Amino acid sequence: MAEKELAFAVVRNKTYVFIWLCLVGLTVLTVAVARLHLTSYAVVAAMLIATAKAGLVATFFMNLRQEPWVLKIMLFLVLFALTLIVLLTFSDVSFRHG
Amino acid sequence: MIEPKMDNPDEIAIKERGDYTGAKMGMWIFLFTEVLFFGVLFLLYSVFRSRYALDFHASAKELDIFFGTANTAILLTSSLTMALSIALVRKGKKGLSILCQSVTIVLGIIFLINKYVEWGAHISSGIYPHSALLEQMSRGKVIFFSLYYVMTGLHGLHVLIGICVITGTLVFTAREIINREDFVKLENTGLYWHFVDIIWIYLFPLFYLIT
Amino acid sequence: MTSAGDRAATQPSFYHTKGKYSGILSWILSTDHKRIGIMYLAAILTFFLIGVTLGLMMRINLISPGRFITAKTYNRLFSLHGVIQIFLFIIPGIPASLGNFFLPILIGAKDVAFPRINLMSWWLYMIGGGIVVLSIFTGGGAPDTGWTFYAPYSIRTTTNISLALCGVILLGFSSIFTGLNFITTIHRLRAPGMGYFRMPLFIWSLYATAWTQVLATPVIAITLMLVILERFFAIGFFEPALGGDPLLYEHLFWMYSHPAVYIMILPAMGVVSEIFPTFAKRTVFGYRAIAFSSLAIAFVGYLVWGHHMFTSGMSDFARVIFSLITFMVAVPTGVKVFNWLATLYKGSIQLDSPLLFSLSFIFLFSIAGLTGLTIGSLSLNLYLHGTYFIVGHFHYTMFGGAAFGFFAGIHYWFPKMTGRMFNERAAKTAWFFMFIGFNILYFTMFILGLQGMPRRYFQYLPQFRTNHIISTVGSWILAVGLIIMFGNLIRAIFKGKKAGMNPWGGKTLEWQIPSPPPAENFETIPVIEHGPYKYD
Repeated sequence: MAEKELAFAVVRNKTYVFIWLCLVGLTVLTVAVARLHLTSYAVVAAMLIATAKAGLVATFFMNLRQEPWVLKIMLFLVLFALTLIVLLTFSDVSFRHG
Repeated sequence: MIEPKMDNPDEIAIKERGDYTGAKMGMWIFLFTEVLFFGVLFLLYSVFRSRYALDFHASAKELDIFFGTANTAILLTSSLTMALSIALVRKGKKGLSILCQSVTIVLGIIFLINKYVEWGAHISSGIYPHSALLEQMSRGKVIFFSLYYVMTGLHGLHVLIGICVITGTLVFTAREIINREDFVKLENTGLYWHFVDIIWIYLFPLFYLIT
Repeated sequence: MTSAGDRAATQPSFYHTKGKYSGILSWILSTDHKRIGIMYLAAILTFFLIGVTLGLMMRINLISPGRFITAKTYNRLFSLHGVIQIFLFIIPGIPASLGNFFLPILIGAKDVAFPRINLMSWWLYMIGGGIVVLSIFTGGGAPDTGWTFYAPYSIRTTTNISLALCGVILLGFSSIFTGLNFITTIHRLRAPGMGYFRMPLFIWSLYATAWTQVLATPVIAITLMLVILERFFAIGFFEPALGGDPLLYEHLFWMYSHPAVYIMILPAMGVVSEIFPTFAKRTVFGYRAIAFSSLAIAFVGYLVWGHHMFTSGMSDFARVIFSLITFMVAVPTGVKVFNWLATLYKGSIQLDSPLLFSLSFIFLFSIAGLTGLTIGSLSLNLYLHGTYFIVGHFHYTMFGGAAFGFFAGIHYWFPKMTGRMFNERAAKTAWFFMFIGFNILYFTMFILGLQGMPRRYFQYLPQFRTNHIISTVGSWILAVGLIIMFGNLIRAIFKGKKAGMNPWGGKTLEWQIPSPPPAENFETIPVIEHGPYKYD
């Protein structure tokens, strides 16, 4: 492989710590919300907060922010595929017995 | 397919021996397979949850929120130290990077110890697959605990593998095989570790918080 | 590029390159994609012949049920036949062998993105295959569940399920890593000037296949692991007595195993897409349509698995959706068929064996596809599920389609891989016996199925006897063809006439380098200035 110079920004430590604080905050939030006993909405709330946390980890810790478009499209397609197979499975499971 | 970005003063130039972008792409694709791998388990969880909603609510009470929250905090912090270790290596700060990687390993070990204690508590109170106690419980509870053991067990195995790999990168960093110009091994290990963290981010509420 | 060919003629071929190791180690520890491809090819074809033998034994039973084989043995035979032909032959099939050998060459690269992972894939394949074979001879003996391992029987049977599944799981990881490797290679290692739309169509098919390998295989890996856990720890996901749902197993199993059939067929379609322009001396018709339809088949094919479960107890809602999407997946295939035919139209046809196999591919796969529509219809499926109609359908797709495409590719690229040419007359003779035998063997099955003969049955009512005898005779004719084909190719490896750089007059990059290629493929990486099939 030819040697190429690749310029790439290093993320500042401060950014990482800030994101970590957000993650801890969201963890506190999700435990607090669980205490509210929202019954059927509990799952939705918990999943939304979890997705926010996962998004922060992926965007900042995993550096998706700086990755090329190709990778972001791939990730989107993978999550899309997973969503479809979940939905299709539920098209059976949720609608059985007429 | 070269992406030059010369605008940030913090940039470090990398000598591209082998294919830096390709190596990361390979790791990401591997993580996609892990998304599907765990995704199936989450699918099973959702199907059984929709079927046994009350049993799942009741069973979740048996799990200790303190342990769950503590483990979540531990993994999140380990993700921080992992990310820092990469930034530090790129700034040439070998010693601090090694320190961060060591902290990551220690946090991972604490996570596993917590898991061991938790599991131990459940097993000694008779709640494990095919136990006499479990056979008497309702089917929904049986499935809940089976999912609990399988999913947290598989996750724990991934944590263990991660700890082993980070031990390897720690050695490489000490020997300067991983350095400010060639750090993709550490970056890929970081990607793996953050993924393991993300799986736990979803496991935590699904097993500990939905009561 | 001919001057490069002359210069490179002084370079040793990859067979004779001196590496770090010698003897057998220079093969089994080699990271050269060409050696890995050859090793895969040898192993894959060996497993194919073992699978064929099992099939022939099944057919012998079916002319005289119980005379030579007991019912229990018959169950193990069809299970093993399925496991070997599917997981050890046709899924690794083209990508692992021809794909490994030619992907880097066709895009102008020196090797794949991760050569050591490539070697690891081969080792996983060999060890996985070894474990599957081992499972026959240890513990409870070969599985008797069918290659589908349906729960709850797979959980309760005392045959050697867990070991066999361990083998299959390793094979799955082999497939995953190959897919990962190919995707990265195609994105990162194309020669300068080779934009995505200048890649040969075989590469497009390998790309689509690779994504399926990466996204579908993990599903079966975890599912089979859960079956093993179930057998040891009674976790209960698929066991009704413990609150589980066997239908969930079927969902998860087919969530992989349907996309798996696209892993089988897409590369075969890619192979014939290479062969048609060369033997018609015309550029391919509708290049972009074929490229995009590969992606479309992979994507839509990911969403149709429920059509294997129409009679299992799924909701009506799900059945309608799956039937609808199943019909949709036929469209991009149809696009390809018409484009291939248009490529041939008014071409300067050279009816050599690779083209013969490719033409019969279209014929056989069309029958396969049309019968697929038949069983994709809910009402007809209710009668035809679990009958010989299905067996006929999937043999037309997997054998008539994927395997014939594989044989087409082997003949097409044989001179490039070995530097020798096989006997063309023998190849055509082999094809003739194979084609006749194949259709007698499997077309009869459609009739048997419509008449109501169930599949996987060791014996049957007297009214089915005649067709079973006809079918078995067909299997013998097919076997003769296979013997001739393998005999011809094996003989040619040692005694075939030396082949030149470009015996067929192809335009893609592999025909610009020596036969067999040197270790690094190209002396200098070519710069690409036009599309792949430039005939004018």
